[in-house]
Parts: sequence; structure tokens; C-alpha cells
Amino acid sequence: MTPFEVELTPIFFLDLSLLTMLLLVAIAMLRSRHLFAVVMLSGIYSLLSAAFFVSLDAVDVAFTEAAVGAGVSTVLMLAGMLLTARKEKPKMPGRAPVALAAVFATGAALIYATIDMPAFGDPNAPANVAVGQAYVDETPNDIAVPNIVTAVLASYRGFDTLGETLVVFTAGLAVILLLGVGSLRGGRKVSDTDANKAGDQ
Amino acid sequence: MEHLILKVTTKLLFAPIILFAFYVQFHGDYGPGGGFQAGIIFAVAFILHAFCFGLDETKKVLPQQALIVAMVIGVLFYAGTGVATMLLGGSFLGYDAIDPESTHHAGQHYGILLVEFGVGMTVAATMLTIFYHFTGREPDIDQKDW
Repeated sequence: MTPFEVELTPIFFLDLSLLTMLLLVAIAMLRSRHLFAVVMLSGIYSLLSAAFFVSLDAVDVAFTEAAVGAGVSTVLMLAGMLLTARKEKPKMPGRAPVALAAVFATGAALIYATIDMPAFGDPNAPANVAVGQAYVDETPNDIAVPNIVTAVLASYRGFDTLGETLVVFTAGLAVILLLGVGSLRGGRKVSDTDANKAGDQ
Repeated sequence: MEHLILKVTTKLLFAPIILFAFYVQFHGDYGPGGGFQAGIIFAVAFILHAFCFGLDETKKVLPQQALIVAMVIGVLFYAGTGVATMLLGGSFLGYDAIDPESTHHAGQHYGILLVEFGVGMTVAATMLTIFYHFTGREPDIDQKDW
């Protein structure tokens, strides 16, 4: 088995430039104190990662990232932002040597761990030869559905997806319970000001 | 009338967005997509409507009570498919039990369509519920306040 080497194709440079832009957007998000700008930048971040997933041939993931990350999350973050201040409080400049050391140690450990990882796009990587290849081989016989991602998501791992649906359902339920919807039969309407008055007494 | 162009564009786009959501929903076997993405796209059409015409107008079309019911029905639809396959003699979510005679796994196709429908319904209703609750708390804000 010859060791796999990454070819320097134009796609590879596209991937690199997308990753660079992701990094720049992340730094811009860290530095900005204006929450509206941060929300918009997070939308751009999601869209860039969606483009990156397309370049990796993971169209299903890219689709989800574009719809959920760039679309609905941005809208929900904007809606959440309306409930709070528009600007983050200015942070007092100060030194935190322990935090800095912890961040550097974690970063160094993560970079050290990447040395053992298989090369980018290596067809002999464990993820590609064991389970992944089995799904690719068996889906036409077991499920007979052209899109293997759907076959894995809805059939092979249907139980997992039921759990995911329940997670989404629970998130909605939590928002209803926290922010209040009143009872299904109508009930008494309580506004925020009433609630504040009740809290003062 | 404020934002006339936005309102007219939204009215034009509303139906195609819903149609695209259904395409993504029912074409998930053959191309990228499925219940999660379709549910989001479906919800986005109504979010766009709420942005242009106000939340109260959207709530007339799709009231919160209906969304709660849709959320529950979606989850029950998914789990119910699993129970149905058990009643037909298979295992939980073993879709082959739906059409055991088929030589090309038609049962799998039906099963995947059914559970994806449940997923789409839950996701769309949940996203709209979260959106309604976050946006519904604050009265409409001025243009400058952004």
C-alpha cells in the first residue's frame, strides 16, 4: 500500500482559501462588539462552511448548514438580539495568564493530535475503509435508495433520527415553557410588565 | 404603503418556497435533502411573511395552537411508523415489513417517506414556534433601532 499524497489541484487551493476566510470571519466575530454585526458574521461563517462542505462533496451536510446555520439560526439570533442590548459591554483589558496558558496547552495538544490523523482525502483512512465502505456497498442491496445519506439517516440509523427529532421537539417545548404561550384553551394573558410588577411585590 | 417592493416580492416568492420545500421533502431519497432541510425551508417561507407583513398577520394564517399540534403529530408520526412496522411483524422501524413481498425494497421507500414526513413536520413547526416566541415578545421596533 503506497502512502497517499494530497494532489495540489485547484480545488485544494479553493478549500484552503475557504478555510482561511472562515478563520478571518471568526476573528472578526471575536473582535466586534456590535451584536448585529456579529450575528451577520455568524451567518457568513455558516455560508462559508456550507461552501466548504460542497467542495468536500458533502452536499447533504452543506444543504443543512446553509438552511439551518445561515438561514434560520441567523433569523433566530436576530430575534434574540432584539430582546437584549445591541452592543456587548466593553471588556476591561486585563491579563489572565492561567487562561492563556490553558488555551495554548489545549491548542498545542490538538495540533499534536493532528499529526497522527490520516492525510486529507486519503482513501485508506479508517473512516473510509471500514463502516463507510460497507454502507456504500450494501445500500443498493439492503435499501435500494439512490441517496446513501438518506438511507443511513432514515433506515440504517432510523432510531438515531427519531432521537434527533425528539431533541428538536424538546427544544421547541422548552421555548414554549420558558417564554410562555398560555394554555391551549386560551387562559389569562400576562405581559412582561405585569410579570415585573408581580416580581417587585 | 411601506416596503412595497419587499411585500410584492415576498408574495411572489412565498408559493415557490413552499413548493421547493415539498420537493426537498419528497425527493430526499434521490438527491440531497430530507425532512430536516425541507422543514426549515417550509418555516422560512412563513418567517419571510412575518418579516414583511408583521407577526400578527402570519399568526392569522398559521396560529401557534396549530403549530403545537403539528409538532406533536410529527413526532408521533415517526414513532408510529416504528410501531406500525412492529405490528406488521417486523422490528421497530424495520421498514421491510411494510411490503415484504417486494423484490426491490418498496417497503424501505415507503418507510423512509413516512418518517421523513414526520421529521419535516416537527422541524417546521418547532422552528416557527421558536421564531414566534422570540419575535412575539418585543413590539415592532423602529428602523433606526437596528
